[in-house]
Amino acid sequence: MQIRPILSTLSHHKLTAVLLTLQVAFTCAIVCNVVFMVANRINRISVPTGIAENELSAIVSVGIEKGENAQARHAADLAALRAIPGVKSAAATSYSLPLNQSEDSSGICPSKQALDRAIQLNSIEGSGCVQPSDYDGTPGLLGTLGLRLVEGRDFQPDEYVSTGKPAVAIVTRALAQHLYPGKQALGQSMYDGDNYIRVVGIVDTLLRPNLRQPGVDGDSLIWPKLPGDSYVTYVLRSAPQDRQRVLAAARDALLKANPNRVINPKSTQTYAQIRAAYFQRDTTMIGLLVASALGLLFVTALGIAGLANFWVQQRTRTIGIRRAIGATRGDILRYFQAENFLIVGAGVVVGVLLAIGLNLLLMTHYELPRLPLWYLPIGALVLWALGQLSVLSPALRAAAVPPVVATRSV
Amino acid sequence: MFGYYLDLALRSLKRNKVLTVLMVLAIAVGIGASMTTLTVMHLLSGDPLPGRSQHLFYPQVDPSSSPSQKQPFDVMDYRSAVDLWSAHRADRQALVAHATLKLRSPETNQPPLMAKTLATTSDFFPMFNVPFQYGSGWSADDDARNTRVVVISDDLNRKLFGGANSVGRTLQLKDSDVRIVGVLAPWRPSPVFYDVAGGRFSNGDTANFYGKPEDVYLPFGAGQDINPNSFEMFTCWGDDDGKHQQTSPCVWVALWVELDSATKASDYTSFLASYVAQQKSLGRFVHADDSRLMGLMQWLDFNRVVPSDVRLQMWLAFAFLAICLFNTVGLLLAKFLRRAGEIGVRRALGATRSAVFAQCLVEAGLIGVLGGIGGWLLTMLGLWLIRRQPVEYADLAHLDVAMFLSTFALAVVVSLLAGALPALRASRIAPALQLKTL
Repeated sequence: MQIRPILSTLSHHKLTAVLLTLQVAFTCAIVCNVVFMVANRINRISVPTGIAENELSAIVSVGIEKGENAQARHAADLAALRAIPGVKSAAATSYSLPLNQSEDSSGICPSKQALDRAIQLNSIEGSGCVQPSDYDGTPGLLGTLGLRLVEGRDFQPDEYVSTGKPAVAIVTRALAQHLYPGKQALGQSMYDGDNYIRVVGIVDTLLRPNLRQPGVDGDSLIWPKLPGDSYVTYVLRSAPQDRQRVLAAARDALLKANPNRVINPKSTQTYAQIRAAYFQRDTTMIGLLVASALGLLFVTALGIAGLANFWVQQRTRTIGIRRAIGATRGDILRYFQAENFLIVGAGVVVGVLLAIGLNLLLMTHYELPRLPLWYLPIGALVLWALGQLSVLSPALRAAAVPPVVATRSV
Repeated sequence: MFGYYLDLALRSLKRNKVLTVLMVLAIAVGIGASMTTLTVMHLLSGDPLPGRSQHLFYPQVDPSSSPSQKQPFDVMDYRSAVDLWSAHRADRQALVAHATLKLRSPETNQPPLMAKTLATTSDFFPMFNVPFQYGSGWSADDDARNTRVVVISDDLNRKLFGGANSVGRTLQLKDSDVRIVGVLAPWRPSPVFYDVAGGRFSNGDTANFYGKPEDVYLPFGAGQDINPNSFEMFTCWGDDDGKHQQTSPCVWVALWVELDSATKASDYTSFLASYVAQQKSLGRFVHADDSRLMGLMQWLDFNRVVPSDVRLQMWLAFAFLAICLFNTVGLLLAKFLRRAGEIGVRRALGATRSAVFAQCLVEAGLIGVLGGIGGWLLTMLGLWLIRRQPVEYADLAHLDVAMFLSTFALAVVVSLLAGALPALRASRIAPALQLKTL
């Protein structure tokens, strides 16, 4: 295949060729970054919570009776909830669940020395102390949530407190590693400024109610503390197909047990809904980003096809002459394909540079991480394939031009 | 002449329908995407109180004792806010604190509900131009005597009383009886500017600033009586026992002031400085140099109220429009140059270059108008899709007249821009060369 004749033809169509090259370049730059953003968001929304997500539902009840004994109320409510057919287990927690955005967190240190260091530094950074999210709940919370205990044990009944600080806690594996790097965390005594708290169990994963930044999102801590407020969240575990029915039954059962409460339909949800609500913004953006990337590729393909079509029409006679003096159909086909390959190639080279530039811009304005370099060759290949695909039909039409055209209407 | 060019343009567009449809579609999609995102941006970044926002200011002081503090908290502690408020140095001033309270309506058979409540002071209503449907706000006297009165939103009034005049009726808020003195007309500031705080900590997720305003408004002092120690905290810089909110090392009250002239604003700044210096000499403050008085719009900017996703969507849409523009330029160029022979004849018959240029531009403009109509339809579709999204500002997404007109303006400008280069090339065609090849 000779490149020279193609280049000399293109030099007669500089403006159009440059336009097409630029269009390909911009498309390449934008699509590479958009795909990268989609990958980031997908990464974000697929974070595991560590709980049995598709079997859980939650219902929030706010008691409005004055002077009510909250804990007696919760016990009675839980008994009523456990009696609902289909409910495998039920537990109460104050308000926190992974990704439900109601968070309580406190500072905790691996030792008293670490706390002194934090006070000296006037900052928690670098002291060894961390800020885990706190979870509390009635006995049976671990089983209801489906948390996997990897070391130690669940709380014993006498460890639960209704007021004040408990003396023991269960931590996540991530928190254990942050507090006691390289050491056995089980049995250690953490210090919260007033009390020592012994680690009696370690669970595999339990995500925070609000994500902070990668690395500390799994730092959670469970207290053996009974919810003590009239505001309480009941967690129900059932078979996945029973969740909606169980939720409706739970609402009725709670109102039957005591009508003096507010149950907001918005906070009567399956866990899948809680998770979807947390990532709603991201899923919308993923949809928009994917749609716009596809749209861009489509528009660019149309542009390539449109111009190729125009060139084929313009050169019909030239093609006829070439065919008449011995070029095969394959030669003509390959000519247009090679021409497209060159234009898209030039566009891709510029586009790769633009993609890196755009990524740098996005890094400063949207805190996007650096674009991994392997996106670029893939982007280039996709655009080359797209170019070849969209030029195929005009090129085939060109190849079908009969040699006899050369002899017509001069 | 314009009519003739229009006729020519129509003929030319009809000649190659597929190409025309492609160009119109490309412009329509680009315009639709850009205008949808631009409309959302316009709604979210606009002035929530046009004409008054320049007189509204947000004072901040720094009560924290932490040496690493570099700027004041976004809201104030109780003592500073109430001190500054009761000094009455501004033309108007309002305290703002939030709570979600149990609400019952003993006179109607409605289930109890949790109502978003704003504890504020009487100036709130005139200062922020809050519209009333029935009754009015409370008086400064009510502020002083902690009278148990409330103003409720139109939404709540519909829910509880079916939209009837409910002034004089009694509600039960938490455990206390309160009397309704006013019902607001539908009011939907965008954003709910007086609640904006903490935007810089939200990682761009600021959509909640655009939710609905509160349902219940009551005097600040009465709020302290009804809901003691249970208002929503912004943050604390020391240990809080949860029992003495007014003296706790926590910030939870915001203050807004109205200052009608630049002199008053600078006077207020010096008043703020003197207050802070006095508090420092009393030993209550450690920092005396980082108090601040921002204007309303400045405060909104500081909090980056427009969600970062909305910005990103807008840039994406404009990038899309740019690619569509490239596409249109290429296709128009192909189209015009294909008519080189025809243009050559016109030039040979005496048409000037500018005439050819104008003719080509009319054709491009016509594509723009068609694309604008398509873009308008797609914008309506886009906004309808946004209204169906579960985001706080969903119900705000409507096309106003200004944005409707800008849709067409943008479409025509874009297509003229796209048409300029091809038209220039077409008008440069040498007639002799074309005539030879005819």
